[in-house]
Amino acid sequence: MLEVKNLHVRVDDKEILKGMNITVAPGEVHSIMGPNGSGKSTLAQVLAGKEAYEVTEGEVTFQGKDLLDLEPEERACEGIFLAFQYPVEIPGVANTYLLREALNAKREYREEKPLKHVEFGKLARDKMKALGIGEDLLKRSVNAGFSGGEKKRNEIFQMQILEPTLAVLDETDSGLDIDALKIVANGVNSMRDSGRSFIVITHYQRLLNYIVPDFVHVMVDGKIVKSGGKELAQELEEKGYADF
Amino acid sequence: MAIVFDGTRESYVEGLSEFLGSGQEDTPEWVADLRREAISGFGELGFPTLSDEEWRFTNLEALRRGSFSIAEDGISDVSMKTVNSYGFSGLDCLRLVFVNGRFASSLSDAGYTREGIVVKALSEAIREDGDLVKDYLAKYADYEKDAFISLNTSYFEDGVFVYVPDQTVFEKPVHVLHVSTDEGRPLFINPRNLIVIGQSSDAKVIEHYVSLSQSVYFSNVVTEVVCGENANLEHYRLEFESQKAFNFSTLRVNQQKNSNIASHSILYGGAIVRNNVHPVLAGEGCNSDIYGLFMSEGRQHMDNFMRVEHASPHCDSRQFYNGVLDGRSKGVFHGRILVHEGAEKTDAKQTNRNLLLSDTAQIDTKPQLEIYNDDVKCTHGATIGQMDEEALFYLCSRGISMKTAKIIMLRAFTNQTLEHMSIDSVREALENTVMKWFEQRLGNGDGR
Repeated sequence: MLEVKNLHVRVDDKEILKGMNITVAPGEVHSIMGPNGSGKSTLAQVLAGKEAYEVTEGEVTFQGKDLLDLEPEERACEGIFLAFQYPVEIPGVANTYLLREALNAKREYREEKPLKHVEFGKLARDKMKALGIGEDLLKRSVNAGFSGGEKKRNEIFQMQILEPTLAVLDETDSGLDIDALKIVANGVNSMRDSGRSFIVITHYQRLLNYIVPDFVHVMVDGKIVKSGGKELAQELEEKGYADF
Repeated sequence: MAIVFDGTRESYVEGLSEFLGSGQEDTPEWVADLRREAISGFGELGFPTLSDEEWRFTNLEALRRGSFSIAEDGISDVSMKTVNSYGFSGLDCLRLVFVNGRFASSLSDAGYTREGIVVKALSEAIREDGDLVKDYLAKYADYEKDAFISLNTSYFEDGVFVYVPDQTVFEKPVHVLHVSTDEGRPLFINPRNLIVIGQSSDAKVIEHYVSLSQSVYFSNVVTEVVCGENANLEHYRLEFESQKAFNFSTLRVNQQKNSNIASHSILYGGAIVRNNVHPVLAGEGCNSDIYGLFMSEGRQHMDNFMRVEHASPHCDSRQFYNGVLDGRSKGVFHGRILVHEGAEKTDAKQTNRNLLLSDTAQIDTKPQLEIYNDDVKCTHGATIGQMDEEALFYLCSRGISMKTAKIIMLRAFTNQTLEHMSIDSVREALENTVMKWFEQRLGNGDGR
């Protein structure tokens, strides 16, 4: 599904990714762990198409297409979703409005009919319950004045509505208490199936008790230095990153 | 024969006797006297220059060089169909139409004169309700201190007169449509409106300025409002003049005890535009909410001049102005809050936000607080910026095209002011206009 080969990325003349490789097959959950500044978030932003990140070398293929050739919105319509580490506040734009626009953009891309208000409302309400999101949060401006937990839950809610093929979760667990963490994990687990993949970026092994990955990668200084099964996460929790 | 002003101070001063002699013969003597008095004000003042502190960002050289004349007749050029196209869908309102400053009765609804309410053309009111008009006309807009008010007071032809007596709610919004047409030479148009709301009464007035051609003209509007004790007025000024017009306007409000006004200014057209909003919170416990949205492109110049005068204790005022500027256009926000000595417990707030869509657009924003009382709360804040790249990326990462993302962001920005309009059909019409304007700005590309 996703193949990242020898990816080099610069930001403001500084090389952040230095030959990153990862291959994700359909249905797999990969976790990327690593110390601060190792380039985990850069990878997430590059996959989503952030312009400020300059790819100097390497390639990224998503479902047979050259991902780097696509604009951010095209990537989203092709099935990529990024749950932001720091979701952006957009005063004046209602959450529900953003979601309906986004979903209908994706449907239009796939040459499907746009959803009517009523249909969208029903879809949203069904998903909201499981995430403990109230009606008021739908009506409020996107992320404006949301608590940290609300922002992260809102990202997962968007993911559930947009039903991506590949979801990249960038530290979605950071700053969450255990109850919120469980809600987020349940939101992810309920979407796991043989056709959908996840890249879960995290600092903490704790999340992986609830979202059990197929593979764990250790990222240090812009590349993957070690890969293994879920037991690798436990090892990292005990020993830290000092050995790398 | 048309009266022509060649741009000099003298031509405007000397033109008045000719003006009074042609078509103004049936005007009562008190109005003629008022006009003479006002033009002597202009004779002393002349047009302001850049060295005038209140005009330092707006250059009137082109106006001083321009030659303008009083309109002869444009009414026959305007059809009912055209007038209807400027209506607000589904709005039950009372419409009065003026063409090049003159009342077009054939295009207007019949005036309203029931239960003491009077809504009619000011020219008719001067003839038929002279005693009523005399008490208010030119009593607030100071023609001795402001050159444009002097000129308007000297040369006004018509506008709306709204009088709502005490304890009366006038449900129907009054839609005052001022249309300008091309008469083949640059016109000098002076709309004059007078709105008087009695004690505990309510009214809504929409002043709407449109042009059927992209011609050059000099329009100079003065609106005086008297908002009686405990009265409520919602006022709209929708400026859609020709892109080549010089447009000056003054909204002068006198607020009596416990009265409320909401003022909405939308500036869209015009080459050089100056919009003065000047409420005086004269009685205790008044509330003034002043909203504005200006959109400029090309080489448009839009100058928003606020003067909010707190003259009594316990009054609140809110100024909320947003500007969107594109091309090589220039904007000015001059927000003056004047708190008089006796106006303790004043709570005045001013916000001006500006969004620059191009590298060549320019905005000068200047708050000015003049406070003569210690027990007040006055705040001001101004921002100038471009569209938030992070937010655009966030929207695009959800599958929304860059063009749509930009439109969403611009709408969010403009809605900060539009959302305060209580007449839904007016707000919706403006939202549509704003959308079209954005789409033009963004062109046919993908928005990048």
